[in-house]
Amino acid sequence: MELHYSPEEQAFREEVRQFLREKLPPDIAAKVKGNKRLSRDDYVRWHKILGEKGWLAQHWPVEYGGTGWSPIQRHIFDEEAAAAGAPGIIPFGVSMVAPVIIRFGSEEQKRYYLPRILNSEDWWCQGYSEPGAGSDLASLKTRAVREGDYYIVNGQKTWTTLGQYANMMFCLVRTNTEVKPQEGISFLLIDMNSPGVTVRPIITLDGEHEVNEVFLENVKVPVENLVGEENKGWTYAKYLLTYERTGIAGVGIAKQALRHLKYVASKQLKDGRPLIEDPLFRARIAAVEIDLMALELTNLRVVAAAEKGGVPGPESSVLKIKGTEIRQAITDLLRRAVGPYALPFIPEALDADYDDEPVGPDYAAGLAAQYFNRRKITIYGGSNEIQKNIIAKMILGL
Amino acid sequence: MDFRLNDEQRMLQDTVARLMREQYTFENRQKFLDSEEGFSRDMWAQYAELGLLGIGLPEQYGGYGSAIELMVVAEQLGRGLILEPYLATVVLGGALIELAGSEAQKEDLLGRLIGGELLLAFAHGEPQSRYSLSEVQTRAEKDGDGWTLSGDKAVVLHGDRADLLIVSARVGGDVRDRDGIGLFLIDPKAEGVRIRGYQTIDGLRAAEISLAGVKVAADAVLGEPGQAYPAIEKAVARGIVALCAEAVGAMEVTNEFTLDYLKTRKQFGVPIGKFQVLQHRMVDMQLELEQARSMAILAAGRLNADDEERERTISAAKHYIGKAGRFIAEQAIQMHGGIGMTWEYAMTHYAKRLVMLDHQLGDTEYHLERFSRLMQGAEEETAA
Repeated sequence: MELHYSPEEQAFREEVRQFLREKLPPDIAAKVKGNKRLSRDDYVRWHKILGEKGWLAQHWPVEYGGTGWSPIQRHIFDEEAAAAGAPGIIPFGVSMVAPVIIRFGSEEQKRYYLPRILNSEDWWCQGYSEPGAGSDLASLKTRAVREGDYYIVNGQKTWTTLGQYANMMFCLVRTNTEVKPQEGISFLLIDMNSPGVTVRPIITLDGEHEVNEVFLENVKVPVENLVGEENKGWTYAKYLLTYERTGIAGVGIAKQALRHLKYVASKQLKDGRPLIEDPLFRARIAAVEIDLMALELTNLRVVAAAEKGGVPGPESSVLKIKGTEIRQAITDLLRRAVGPYALPFIPEALDADYDDEPVGPDYAAGLAAQYFNRRKITIYGGSNEIQKNIIAKMILGL
Repeated sequence: MDFRLNDEQRMLQDTVARLMREQYTFENRQKFLDSEEGFSRDMWAQYAELGLLGIGLPEQYGGYGSAIELMVVAEQLGRGLILEPYLATVVLGGALIELAGSEAQKEDLLGRLIGGELLLAFAHGEPQSRYSLSEVQTRAEKDGDGWTLSGDKAVVLHGDRADLLIVSARVGGDVRDRDGIGLFLIDPKAEGVRIRGYQTIDGLRAAEISLAGVKVAADAVLGEPGQAYPAIEKAVARGIVALCAEAVGAMEVTNEFTLDYLKTRKQFGVPIGKFQVLQHRMVDMQLELEQARSMAILAAGRLNADDEERERTISAAKHYIGKAGRFIAEQAIQMHGGIGMTWEYAMTHYAKRLVMLDHQLGDTEYHLERFSRLMQGAEEETAA
């Protein structure tokens, strides 16, 4: 048993820190740390910087342009990137569709799409959920009918995150209605610029435009855009969901958010003293820090097991559930920390070029909105209730 | 970073696991519980034979291993739900002698302890002190070459079964000062010592001990009188490492019982584990177990860190374990229904232990408040 990082791992951490110091654009880091809105260009700029360094595709095999990092190295990068205020890597291309293409795609698909992901030419979005298919994803109804060299696709996708920026979508479609729902699904790559594709914004409860509805009306998709075999899409979708679990805990993000919480609580006053010195509020912070300590170690147990070639056990299932609960608890405390100044709703204040005087402390803007926004994390990626169903069935045998 | 046990640690784990499985059956445990002694001298002798009474103690006196070995052993003893004075004698008593004792005392006392010939109890808590480690009213007055002790000690774990009491008493300073505390070795049969022993609700032994002008010889002082606090804090930290691991073992068994019950108990024509409301609660119990296990590992791994980091981690771990232990105990009883209320069912005794070990060496609130004080503050550079 060894609870410390090895000298090589510490050296790697130093290398990551130095890279972030030198290459992370300060304007982007300031936006992330100040909880300001990021533009499409901010994300692409950061992706390109990582791509040039060869650090974008962190868990691809080396022969496709991956880093060859160990799970612990990836964990260290996540931690340092979050601490430095780097934007999260948008997962849809590099972390979601790419592993599926690498594993199940044709040689042509690999040759064409993977380099375009590495150099940020394509922005991918995910076409999974539908108005009638949320947690019960396999009940999806979007139809793809083969006509000659094309599939004709009709249906509606929803909750499409950052779909407004995307030029490509990986999409689950129904290609067989005669069989069990899971057995009639295919995995299609759809050009968002095809005729018949319409993207409409969904404004979430925090007033932001992050997710979309995507309507597909007689969209012609070339058959070479089918990944793997027809009607095997469910297998690929499940592979995608289980592919990368070590980052799912969000430990790096949570640690940075906790540091920010302490900063805000040290600036806010209660009875003339810093809020962080108030015993009750301080104990609330302490409780969440302890939960996070436990989660960090559970995450390291999973990461280290993966490193040694072990199969993650039940502890890996803790990660999504506990990780999201802890991150929500921190955003809850952040909102409460600013007291009445959580109330003002001035969406423009989250733009980097906002030059009006802030209402209340500048760090207060957006904390309530962020709290509401983060309610999503226990819902998406398989809601926490679905996670519990999976654990009950797969691990506990209930 | 590697969380695997090495070969020797795995062998140690297997050895204790087998001993518990084969000899510490629930039936046997209840016999030990109902015996005059309240635990098994025979099991104690077997622990000695297997070297378990030297875990975490220096090799030169016959000890073996460190915090990780202690964690490994305590987890298995937790699975066995043992009644013997392992925490009182080996962990707390052994640590105090190791940390504060003279060479001669270590040679003599640790040797006998590890050989299974000496039971110890740490008489520290007092009726008014709750969980505070520095609040000591019991006085030690200089008396010729030796000392005279007077005061009351409360809920001393295995205090009525010890061959030798390690008693804390104040030689100087105010009631809550860290400075001014001494440790004294007292024969329970000495004049002026009154011991009222009883069983605890989780099946262990404890005692109220009063000292009325008890004479202590100069060579029965442990360490420098007045300077004992750091040793007490460190010994308690080791105790908390053991308690956390014991709790993890007890949580494992409690969850195993509950999961088995969900699969076998039928109501409305189906195993009750088919009901989603119970499935999710069972999952929650597993999640808490894994998080608790992480905290037990962290506590063991940081036991030899610097004082500040050690104490911060220890308090975090004890807080979490207390919370998770109570959660698992309450869920297990509820999900078992009526049978979960009975004395004859083994699970209920694990549940009791899980709830009650929060009352030893500081509870969830005590350690939350303590962690809160030790927690690192805000760093300016995170400013937006």
